[in-house]
Amino acid sequence: MEHTPQTKPRDSWTFSPEINAEIRRAAETGIYDIRGGGAKRRVPHFDDLLFLGASMSRYPLEGYREKCDTSVTLGTRFAKKPIELKIPVTIAGMSFGALSGPAKEALGRGATMAGTSTTTGDGGMTNEERGHSEKLVYQYLPSRYGMNPDDLRRADAIEIVVGQGAKPGGGGMLLGQKITERVAGMRNLPVGIDQRSACRHPDWTGPDDLEIKILELREITNWEKPIYIKVGGARPYYDTALAVKAGADVVVLDGMQGGTAATQDVFIEHVGQPTLACIRPAVKALQDLGMHRKVQLVVSGGIRTGADVAKALALGADAVAIGTAALVALGENDPKWAAEYTKLGTTADAYDDWHEGKDPAGITTQDPELMKRLDPVEAARKLRNYLAVLTLECQTIARACGKSHVHNLEPEDLCALTIEAAAMAGVPLAGTSWIPGQGTF
Amino acid sequence: MQTIDMATAPLREVNTALQAQAAQTNQTQWVIENPRGAHAIAVGLDAPIEVTVKGSTGYYCAGMNKQATVHVTGSAGPGVAENMMSGTVIIDGDASQYAGATGHGGLLVIKGNASSRCGISMKGIDIVVHGNIGHMSAFMAQSGNLVVLGDAGDALGDSLYEARLFVRGSVKSLGSDCIEKEMRPEHLEILKDLLERAGADAKPEEFKRYGSARTLYNFHVDHAGAY
Repeated sequence: MEHTPQTKPRDSWTFSPEINAEIRRAAETGIYDIRGGGAKRRVPHFDDLLFLGASMSRYPLEGYREKCDTSVTLGTRFAKKPIELKIPVTIAGMSFGALSGPAKEALGRGATMAGTSTTTGDGGMTNEERGHSEKLVYQYLPSRYGMNPDDLRRADAIEIVVGQGAKPGGGGMLLGQKITERVAGMRNLPVGIDQRSACRHPDWTGPDDLEIKILELREITNWEKPIYIKVGGARPYYDTALAVKAGADVVVLDGMQGGTAATQDVFIEHVGQPTLACIRPAVKALQDLGMHRKVQLVVSGGIRTGADVAKALALGADAVAIGTAALVALGENDPKWAAEYTKLGTTADAYDDWHEGKDPAGITTQDPELMKRLDPVEAARKLRNYLAVLTLECQTIARACGKSHVHNLEPEDLCALTIEAAAMAGVPLAGTSWIPGQGTF
Repeated sequence: MQTIDMATAPLREVNTALQAQAAQTNQTQWVIENPRGAHAIAVGLDAPIEVTVKGSTGYYCAGMNKQATVHVTGSAGPGVAENMMSGTVIIDGDASQYAGATGHGGLLVIKGNASSRCGISMKGIDIVVHGNIGHMSAFMAQSGNLVVLGDAGDALGDSLYEARLFVRGSVKSLGSDCIEKEMRPEHLEILKDLLERAGADAKPEEFKRYGSARTLYNFHVDHAGAY
């Protein structure tokens, strides 16, 4: 009998298997999906930019002989004691609570070996963290968990968190599984509750108030500490301008690929702008105010390689911050735990249920047994190595572009592979002189 | 007694002098004249000194106070005694928004009224308001005691954790997860002590107690409407 050709089963693009799975999950549980990390969708990123390198009109520096400086000073505007970093890569804020004590220790140790700073998070400052971090930035968050004047004074800088890239407009979240006695004690909360941090600061609203809040913090700390303002990638031109107006020494700008310990997936994937789209508007705001390089700009959200670092700096940042990449360097999502990731219904590299506290790598957990899996000294060594590679890669590119300091990289050293990236980064599409999207932000 | 006149002395000088006092200082009495609504007066103190501010203050007076007693003879702007750790702050007049916000300890006494968000996110501080308080007071309050001799505005104790709220007058409305609770003998004891320390002429039995129903402590779809 003659075979009748059949149509091949065809998945809907609109109702893809992933979308349908989420609909079924939502229908079963009645609650949104919560996860850690940053945006996983493909967005225009540093990969869409290329450096031009030296040529007839640009002289390169000798790769192993001529100096390419990587030092950065943060907080030169008002602070009596600015922070001096040896490399342009810092460690972003991550809380004790979201991360284990040994993980925080490893971040402090690794950052210190590399000559850079690390940052507290939404859970206060631990003694381990302070002890192992030569330069520690103390976050001032809406929740004010563990906030006290003694820790404020023993910090090296203060970072007022207005928002973060994973969830501009959202507060922190730490679910009951991770609210152990110690975490609860530091936050002054009952053990085992789902802790939802406020999204707005309790005692100021808007940049006019923030200016007075900064005055208070400076008065309490003898005008010594650099004061950073961290914003999520929402309206980078105006957010940066208002941060400067409020009196910031440093603006920290976190794009949507920037991670979080836990929040709604819908928030992570659908609110905020890609890091690439945020840098030029922020730099423009600083330039318009005559404050570029006077108020330093730290960019975070999806920094993975020395090329990413170099591209962020070329677009006008003074330094970058890494969070997710630092955790991966410590051992997060390592394939050696593949069997355990399978048991958790996921795979190495895809694991993002950090809020559940079952991290096989022992990093995003408060489980005493899992925590033991991370040796903070060994993990710190890896982080230090990784930071060294980021720096060497960045220097390699800078020298190839003829720069004796990584801050001398500039937009003119770049071109873009896509129209979108060209528009966002404000650099020409490769092979053309076309920069789409020029105009107001 | 040490006197600093803010008509001539800049804020930095005032705070530097007050912050420099050690625990054993014999300069325990300080008077600040002509505050004229300046912000951040007497912030970050950490010694058992008594500071009298003769007049009214701007934002964040006595912010992050430890040990000191700060007495404002006028009214206080937003965020008075914010994040106080210990000590006592007394306001003879009224207090603006966020009085005692995120305070971890100590006693804040407001002899007049307090505006909205009084005791927001409080973490162990005791606050006694002789008059009324505004809306959204004790929002997300974690621990400590808020005592109000007058009335409370809308949404009292919204998303409350373990703080205790005592109100003698009316409550316009309760916030999500805040309920009236039984006044037990131990609460009357707490109240009696606080009223005495705050110089308040009221009987503990006249108050009602409010606290968390604890239904929002863990996520559940049935409570989605409460947010």
